[in-house]
Amino acid sequence: MRIFDPHIHMTSRTTDDYERMAAAGVRAVVEPAFWLGQPRTSAGSFADYFDSLVGWEPFRAAQFGIRHHATIALNPKEANDPRCREALDLVPRYLDKDSVVAVGEIGYDAMTREEDEAFVVQLKLAVEHELPALVHTPHRDKARGVRRTLAVVAESGIAPGRVVVDHLNEVTVGAVHDSGCWMGFSIYPDTKMSPSRMVEILRTHGLERMLINSAADWGRSDPLLTRRTGEAMLAAGFGDDDVDRVLWRNPVEFFGQSGRLDLTEAATGEVSFQGSSILRGGS
Amino acid sequence: MDPGTLRTALKDSPGDGWLTAGVERVGDDPPSITRLFAAAGRHCGRAALPHVPGWTGDQAARALLLLALPAADLRRYIGDLYRHGDAGEKLAVLKALPLLPIGADAAPLLHDAVRTNDTRLVAAALGPYARHLDQAAWRQAVLKCVFMGIPLSVVHGLTERADDELAAMTAALRDEREAAGRRLPPDALPLLRQST
Repeated sequence: MRIFDPHIHMTSRTTDDYERMAAAGVRAVVEPAFWLGQPRTSAGSFADYFDSLVGWEPFRAAQFGIRHHATIALNPKEANDPRCREALDLVPRYLDKDSVVAVGEIGYDAMTREEDEAFVVQLKLAVEHELPALVHTPHRDKARGVRRTLAVVAESGIAPGRVVVDHLNEVTVGAVHDSGCWMGFSIYPDTKMSPSRMVEILRTHGLERMLINSAADWGRSDPLLTRRTGEAMLAAGFGDDDVDRVLWRNPVEFFGQSGRLDLTEAATGEVSFQGSSILRGGS
Repeated sequence: MDPGTLRTALKDSPGDGWLTAGVERVGDDPPSITRLFAAAGRHCGRAALPHVPGWTGDQAARALLLLALPAADLRRYIGDLYRHGDAGEKLAVLKALPLLPIGADAAPLLHDAVRTNDTRLVAAALGPYARHLDQAAWRQAVLKCVFMGIPLSVVHGLTERADDELAAMTAALRDEREAAGRRLPPDALPLLRQST
C-alpha cells in the first residue's frame, strides 16, 4: 500500500513517527502551515516556521525516504491577532518555493471579519501564484462555516477543482461534493472522522475528489490512520486499486496542479551522506 | 569553478532561454532576483550537472543570477536570499560565495550554515570560501563533519589547514567513541597523525 498523507503536521512529530510511517507505506506528505498550540506573537515567528517547513523538515523526512511538501499561509486562528497580521506580507515570498504546493491552511476558525479578510486575500494569492488552496473548516459551527467557505471560494474566482475543503464529516460532505471542490477528511482517534465512518462516506459519495489525511499534530492523533483507513476499505470490499486511488493517486492529482510536486524517489543517501545526525543519534 | 563553465553546462538545459532572460533582467532590475532565484530549479533542473562535479542545475543558474547583480547590491541580496531561502537556495548561495566579489563579508552565512544540522549546508560551508572562517570555527566545523558522518572530502584544503589542535580534538572524539564501542570513520584517521 503506497500512501500520500495530504495533511500532516510533521513539525510536531518524532522520528519514531517517521519510521513507523515509512514502514506503513507512507512515501509522501504535505505539511500545511497552521498554528502550533502556543500562540505566536510576531511575524518573525512565522518566518522561522515557514523556513522550517521548506528547510529542516523536508531534510528530516528525507532521512526516512519520505518526500515532504508544504502549504504556506497565515492560518485563520492567528489571522485574528494584530501582532501576527504582518505574517501575511511574508506569505507571497514563500509561495515561490519549490516544495510549496498550495496556499493553506486558510479559511475560518471563529468566522470573524479578520478571518474573512485573510481568507479572501490568500485565495487571491493562490490564483496569482497558480497554486491550489487548502481550506480548513471550523470545528465549531462547522456546517455554517462550510457554507460560508464555499460562498467565499465561489466569489473568489478560483476554480473549485483547485480547492480542497478539509476536515469534513457526514453532515458537511454533501455541499462540498456538489460545489466541485475536493473533499478532505481527517481521520482521528476519537474526534473528526474514524476509518469505519470514512468507508461509509466513500460508499455513499464515491472516490472522486476524495482526500484522506491523518492531520496528525501536537494533539492526540495518529499518523498511521491513513493506513488503517486503507485496511478498513479492503475489509469492506473495496479493491487494491480503489485504495491506491484514494491514498495515492488522488492527492497526486490534486497537488500535482501546482506543477511542483516532486516524487522522485526520496533516496536517503542522496541528501544525508550515508546517514545523518538524526539517524546516528544526534550531534 | 568559474562562471563560464557553469554557463556552458546549462546551454543544453530546457532553462537556457529563461536563464539568459533572467540574467539580463537582474542586471536591469536587481529586486527581480528574489522570485527568479526561487524559481531557478523549476526551469534549469535540480539534477547534478554531468560535466561540473559537485554542482546541480539550480545551483549553477542561481550562481549566474547572483553574478548578474550590480556589485554594490551584492552583499545585501546574498544575505537576504540566504535568510529567506529554502534549503536548496541556501545551498546555492553557499556554493556561489567563492565566485562573488565580496571579500570576507559573507562569513556570517558560514557560521549560520555550520550551526544547522543539515549535512548539505554544513558540507557546503567548508568549500573554498571557508578560508574566511577563523581557525577555531573551522576546526569545530571539520569535527562536526566527522561527528555527522559527512565525508571529509568536502573540506577544501583540509591537509594544509589541519593543525595540532584539530588532531587533539579528533583524538578526544576517538576516545569517546572507543569508550562507547564505536569507531571513527576511516577518513578521519589521517587527522590524528599530527597528534603526538
